[in-house]
Amino acid sequence: MLKNIDTIINKFTNSNRDNLIPILQEIQNTYGYLSEDSIVSVSKHFDLPTSKIYGIATFYDQFIFQPKGKYHILLCNGTSCHVSGSKKILKEIEKILKIKDGETTSDGIFSIQSVNCMGACSLSPVISVNGKFYSKVNLIEIKKIIKFYQTKEK
Amino acid sequence: MIIDIEVNNKTIKAKRGETILSALNSNGIKVPTLCHIDGFVPTGACRICVVEVEGKPNLIPSCSYPVEEWMKIKTHSQRVIKARKTIVELLLANHPNDCLYCERNGNCELQKLAEELNIRERKYSNEREKLKIDPSCSSIIKESDKCILCGRCIRVCEEIQGITTYDFAKINNRHIISTSFNKPLNISNCILCGQCIMVCPTGALHERNNIDKIQQALNVINKHVVVFYSPTISVSLAEEFNMKPGKNISGIINAALRKIGFNKVFDSTFATDVYIIEQTKELIYRIENNINLPLFTSNCPAWIKYAEEYFPEILTNISKCKSPQQIMGSIVKEIYSEENNIPVNDIITVSIEPCTAKKFESQREEMTNNGISDVDIAITTRELAQLIRLHGIDLQNIEEEIADFPYHTRSSAGKLTSISGGTAEAILRTLNYKITGKELEDLKISELRNNKSVKEIKIKIGKTNVGIAVISSMSKAGDFIKTLPKRKDLHLIEIMACPCGCVNGGGQPIKADTKDIKSRIKSIYDIDRKELIKVAHKNPQVIELYSKHLDNLSEEEKQKVLFTNYSKRDVLL
Ligand code: SF4
Ligand code: SF4
Ligand code: FES
Ligand code: FES
Repeated sequence: MLKNIDTIINKFTNSNRDNLIPILQEIQNTYGYLSEDSIVSVSKHFDLPTSKIYGIATFYDQFIFQPKGKYHILLCNGTSCHVSGSKKILKEIEKILKIKDGETTSDGIFSIQSVNCMGACSLSPVISVNGKFYSKVNLIEIKKIIKFYQTKEK
Repeated sequence: MIIDIEVNNKTIKAKRGETILSALNSNGIKVPTLCHIDGFVPTGACRICVVEVEGKPNLIPSCSYPVEEWMKIKTHSQRVIKARKTIVELLLANHPNDCLYCERNGNCELQKLAEELNIRERKYSNEREKLKIDPSCSSIIKESDKCILCGRCIRVCEEIQGITTYDFAKINNRHIISTSFNKPLNISNCILCGQCIMVCPTGALHERNNIDKIQQALNVINKHVVVFYSPTISVSLAEEFNMKPGKNISGIINAALRKIGFNKVFDSTFATDVYIIEQTKELIYRIENNINLPLFTSNCPAWIKYAEEYFPEILTNISKCKSPQQIMGSIVKEIYSEENNIPVNDIITVSIEPCTAKKFESQREEMTNNGISDVDIAITTRELAQLIRLHGIDLQNIEEEIADFPYHTRSSAGKLTSISGGTAEAILRTLNYKITGKELEDLKISELRNNKSVKEIKIKIGKTNVGIAVISSMSKAGDFIKTLPKRKDLHLIEIMACPCGCVNGGGQPIKADTKDIKSRIKSIYDIDRKELIKVAHKNPQVIELYSKHLDNLSEEEKQKVLFTNYSKRDVLL
């Protein structure tokens, strides 16, 4: 795995910092997340401490730092969804799954990631699970949705 | 070039190119700052330092804006005060309301600003989930809720130490300062030097406070609680009690510690003398056999942790000597306890240090014997001040006393180790004596006495032209170590993590400025000038310790008391 990360990094021959985000994007696209090993390789390439690379990456919603769960929940936190209560939904998911935004359950089944506007503002608040959209989600609905996937796993 | 500017309707002088803030400060005009650190490139992030400049529509951050000829500035107009007030009110909106229980109560820059700006109510309230405290580390505690994101810690850690333990990050939609992958501090690359604590304006970063542990220890019947303090403490405590900064008050400290109730009070400078003698022997051995040169000093635990993380390949070059703190602890537990028939389990050792990394060092597994630590509790200068206040002791009105027999004598060479360059100076004195049988003609080695972060000298001792390098701060040390493969002329390298050495340690009083640190340094050099015993090998009680005990120990026992080993540490760099 490490070897392939180096292949990605080496495609960007100079260590110009403008390349940082494109490299991270490509790593995330290839592996689904940014692992510690990959950040270490990137940090060596740019001669920057890992805390800096990690810090910068956390400001981009697209990056996650744990492998995605079997069911990856995207939760819209764009303006419209925010106004219609996406934060409460997030809290609820976090409570049910006992993980925080950006994390994956220890059994690897669920992960949550909040993202910017998903382009369905009129249906806000919106979430998606592995690409399947759920609109106008409320606190009762979200319990049902998660329950549905949980029973599927039993 | 000097130019005129107008401030609050008065003409003042300023240097072309300097910032407005610096011109104001040198003219005695105070403007509050938060993200600014003296000597660092400004970031202009917090904007608390804003002033009104005639002709400019917006308020100008004085810390990052250069003066211009005939600029007209207002530092405390209604508009400026209002802007500053709003900034602080917004910071407070996100800040917990627990000043009363905070480590920095009475000594917090945010608290002071709120008071100065006459903020008497919580104007905005931002209900946020509480962030967890990071309690993982034996030296430093991080309370993210109290962080105002000024970034001072990040910059000191990055620019002085070259470590960059923290950076800004967005986790769970909250901006915080985070270690790499938001790991707990105890498994991060932090070397625990405490320099970030020294610049943090709030209680977001502070040492692990061990006062309660000491109180408990003093309360247990039948425990023999032994305290000892590092060479630097006697010149850095005074200012906490409104005495002249740098004043040497070892006699008063001895008396105060007895009043607090410690059973024995020793001077760790005694152990420093032992450390100097042992390290000199090691150096002679390595020079004679031409192995593992250059020898690196081992009295700074932050430097040791740095080497374990960043340069594991040079660990064999680091001296095998335990640090003076640990030597003092093991002398008490191994020798003193036997001599006085006190079971080692009944002894509790407390060490007072100018340093936060010493707490971590005292907890290291390498620093234990059959599960018993050399040093049970380590506290900083700041905690000592607190302990003295807790016990209501009036330092201004107590008589000086001497430390307890038999570990009360010290050389001024031992004292010198508080300053960057001092350990090298102390070792050279003993080295010359051991090799030539004579004392150095001039004991004072002036080339090692300046505040540069890298110093080098060569001194001819016997047949060897001894090459010495002295470095303080880890960023400089890292750069230097990288050049070592090309250097064959060096024998001894002294490294300390804190700029200028322990006198500026991360456990020292928070309020200290450069002037105070200079006073501490001067005070130590004064002691060295006036002291009769200026070399470690002439410390009478140390000589006795060798003849009565150390010289009779088996190699294995000696290993236990005096020496140790370090190994590679895997952390995210
Ligand atoms: S203790 Fe030292 S190494 Fe650790 S974060 Fe603070 S400044 Fe950096
Ligand atoms: S921890 Fe302290 S120094 Fe660091 S950013 Fe927060 S408030 Fe500033
Ligand atoms: S804000 Fe959520 S879909 Fe646009
Ligand atoms: S002190 Fe000037 S912007 Fe922070």
